[in-house]
Amino acid sequence: MAAQDTNFERAAPKAHRRLPAELNILLVLVGIALVFEILGWIFQGQTFLGNVGRLKIMILQVSVIGIIAVGVTQVIISGGIDLSSGSIVGAVAMVSMSFAQSAEYARAVYPALTDLPVIVPVLIGLVCGAIAGFINGWLIAYTKIPPFIATLGMMVTARGFAKWYTKGQPISFPTESYAFLGSGMMPVVIFLIVAAIFHVAMKYTRYGKFTYAIGANPQAARVSGIDVERHLVKLYIVAATLAALAGIVVAARGQTAQAGMGIMYELDAIAMAVIGGTSLAGGRGSIIGTSIGMVIFGVIISGFTFLRLDAYYQEMIKGVIIVAAVVIDTYRQKKKVK
Amino acid sequence: MLDGQGARARGVYEGEYILEVDRVRKEFPGVVALDDVQLKIRPGSVHALMGENGAGKSTLMKIIAGVYNPDRGEVRFAGRKLDIRTPIDALNSGIAMIHQELNLMNTMTVAENIWIGREPKNGVGLIAHGEMRRMTQALFDELNIRLDPAGQVGDLTVAQKQMVEIAKAVSFNSDVLIMDEPTSAITETEVEHLFRIIRDLRAKGVGIVYITHKMNELFEIADELTVFRDGKYIATVDARDVTRDDIIKMMVGRQITDMFPKIDCEIGETILEVRNLTLPGVFRDVSFTLRRGEILGVAGLVGSGRSNVAEAIFGVRPAASGQIVIEGQTVEITSPPVAMRHGMAFLTEDRKETGCFLNLDCIENIQVALLSTGKVDNRGFVNQREVNRLAEEYAEKLRVKTPNLAETVANLSGGNQQKLLIARWLLTRPKILILDEPTRGIDVGAKSEIHRLITQLAGEGVAVLMISSELPEILGMSDRIMVMHEGHVSGFLDRAEADQVRVMELAAK
Repeated sequence: MAAQDTNFERAAPKAHRRLPAELNILLVLVGIALVFEILGWIFQGQTFLGNVGRLKIMILQVSVIGIIAVGVTQVIISGGIDLSSGSIVGAVAMVSMSFAQSAEYARAVYPALTDLPVIVPVLIGLVCGAIAGFINGWLIAYTKIPPFIATLGMMVTARGFAKWYTKGQPISFPTESYAFLGSGMMPVVIFLIVAAIFHVAMKYTRYGKFTYAIGANPQAARVSGIDVERHLVKLYIVAATLAALAGIVVAARGQTAQAGMGIMYELDAIAMAVIGGTSLAGGRGSIIGTSIGMVIFGVIISGFTFLRLDAYYQEMIKGVIIVAAVVIDTYRQKKKVK
Repeated sequence: MLDGQGARARGVYEGEYILEVDRVRKEFPGVVALDDVQLKIRPGSVHALMGENGAGKSTLMKIIAGVYNPDRGEVRFAGRKLDIRTPIDALNSGIAMIHQELNLMNTMTVAENIWIGREPKNGVGLIAHGEMRRMTQALFDELNIRLDPAGQVGDLTVAQKQMVEIAKAVSFNSDVLIMDEPTSAITETEVEHLFRIIRDLRAKGVGIVYITHKMNELFEIADELTVFRDGKYIATVDARDVTRDDIIKMMVGRQITDMFPKIDCEIGETILEVRNLTLPGVFRDVSFTLRRGEILGVAGLVGSGRSNVAEAIFGVRPAASGQIVIEGQTVEITSPPVAMRHGMAFLTEDRKETGCFLNLDCIENIQVALLSTGKVDNRGFVNQREVNRLAEEYAEKLRVKTPNLAETVANLSGGNQQKLLIARWLLTRPKILILDEPTRGIDVGAKSEIHRLITQLAGEGVAVLMISSELPEILGMSDRIMVMHEGHVSGFLDRAEADQVRVMELAAK
């Protein structure tokens, strides 16, 4: 614009920060919570937000998927997508649990390998995830196939692997220390640690800055000296390892692992990221936004339960909210870029 | 040619102007984009519209195309007030626009692109492909365009795509054809062809609005010209009555006496030597040397391999054979990070495709190359305060005009985007600076600022390799000129012996 060019001619450009984009999503969260609060007083005659027990359960319900969403957010910011997280949850739950069984159980998968220290099944699980992520990332970065296809392949393969691992049999009876990982509020604690680490990584390290740059314009990133391929591999390893962590937590919480664990988790995780303002076009999003997106998910689920509405409505409304979030975001972007 | 495609004004309308923009005003929050501007186009004439970026040209085009409504004033077409809501309305009423970014569907054929939405049907209502191809061929014959109607648009060059767009405009029997910087990405010979077609259309009575930054073209093709500055109408003059300096004066409100402020500076020892660089099918046996403080201009037609050589030297797409010697050592440049470690920087040709992160802010755009050198971080953690300080310093030095550096880069003008990209590279303190079309598509003011900066850098001892399609820029800025032709070096010229004719002889021989 003409006036813009002249108006600012003398002003030395400064690195002002604008209001964080997460503010909008936070307002949406507050709005939704207040709606449930009001409906609560009208229909149930009690508070929705004032009940600490309910809030705890609410966060607990979504924090496992939240762990996945932290990884998926990074992949989406880089312009990719990861559909394999849910299957990795299932596969890693199985593998990890098979090394976490208590000696008291007579029919362990590896009878010779029971009562191992908790670090063993956890590390094995995380390494399995990292391997799956490496395969995803390598395929995407070096064979140039679309992330959608590469991770779709992993999604199907990992699920098949989970079923094959014990020919469909569930694995149970973990050691106490393993079960502790899923007990009480542990999933929330693990989520908070993971979210904090990657919030810092995305905001204050080269890892994060490169991720945004690659998502915004991979070619420009490459010419600017970023090793785009290597970075992509890293990102997919991170995403799959976090999915693996979620798998460990899920198995520990249920004290059993089943091949069907984590089905559709990838889509919920993507939805959390997207509601939280992560752009599927790449280059935009944040861990804080995704965390708020996660809480919005939780509020909706427990809000509907609280109002004693059918689970069917929950899903339908969830679908509407996902789409609405992206519509609002697209509109906001249009306004920002004149 | 086409029956029933709207009532055409040509030959029917007797008024003096086919398109009249009359005292149009358009405000955006906080900005007056257009302040009582006018533009009057005669049928059968080429009318150049000029102005720096941000002068309001694109806003006016959007008003004519119906994207915006003017706050005041009106646009009249053939004497009637224009009411256009969509681009197809515009086409149907006889106004065709060819944008800088071409709007063609790459995966469809030439004929399909031209007749989309108006395909001829056969007896049972299916598309008659044969008929469509014949119609396209007839159109091409009329315009002297040699293209295969059944060819894929994606396989065409930019210039050929432009021809398709023009043919499409002609197929609508348009009375007014608006072209936004049509020559910014095509070669000299293609420009000739384009001008021949424009002259043909003019002879047929079409009124042509020609938006450009290039003075030479203006004098070659335009009958009249209108200048805007900062959203205001400055003047409409006969192209024969003005000089280049007059126009620049009108555009910037001040005379830029020295467009190419090349100062002689000390040329030091050889820093880069390229020997027999070859990439089969793209370029072969390219050899040259570059010295500290020297500006080596690279001229040649688009497609002569100039940009590919630059990409090879910087490791974007390495050469298959040949040697690159930096400061006496033979080096293997396999990727951009390697090139950067050897002190190179590369401003790419295409600002949007390979330069800017349009959705990110200025700081994020400036810092990226510096970050990837790994010089401003502590175990991966970025010292953002230091980076911001540097970014601010360079943004100020380069006179980047933006409200603040947190502004999204997509909202900046082309000239300012280019300055940010230059700042990005200067932050890495390069010893060898490769510039590919450093001033393409940016306004006169920003252009001369960038030229001054390049000279200044050379003065500080930076070796500059500057590729440009603008001969005056090459001639004005370079110490030496390397000319490329079809993938090989066709000659070198010294500053003293170089002129337009010599360069063109080497480029097109």
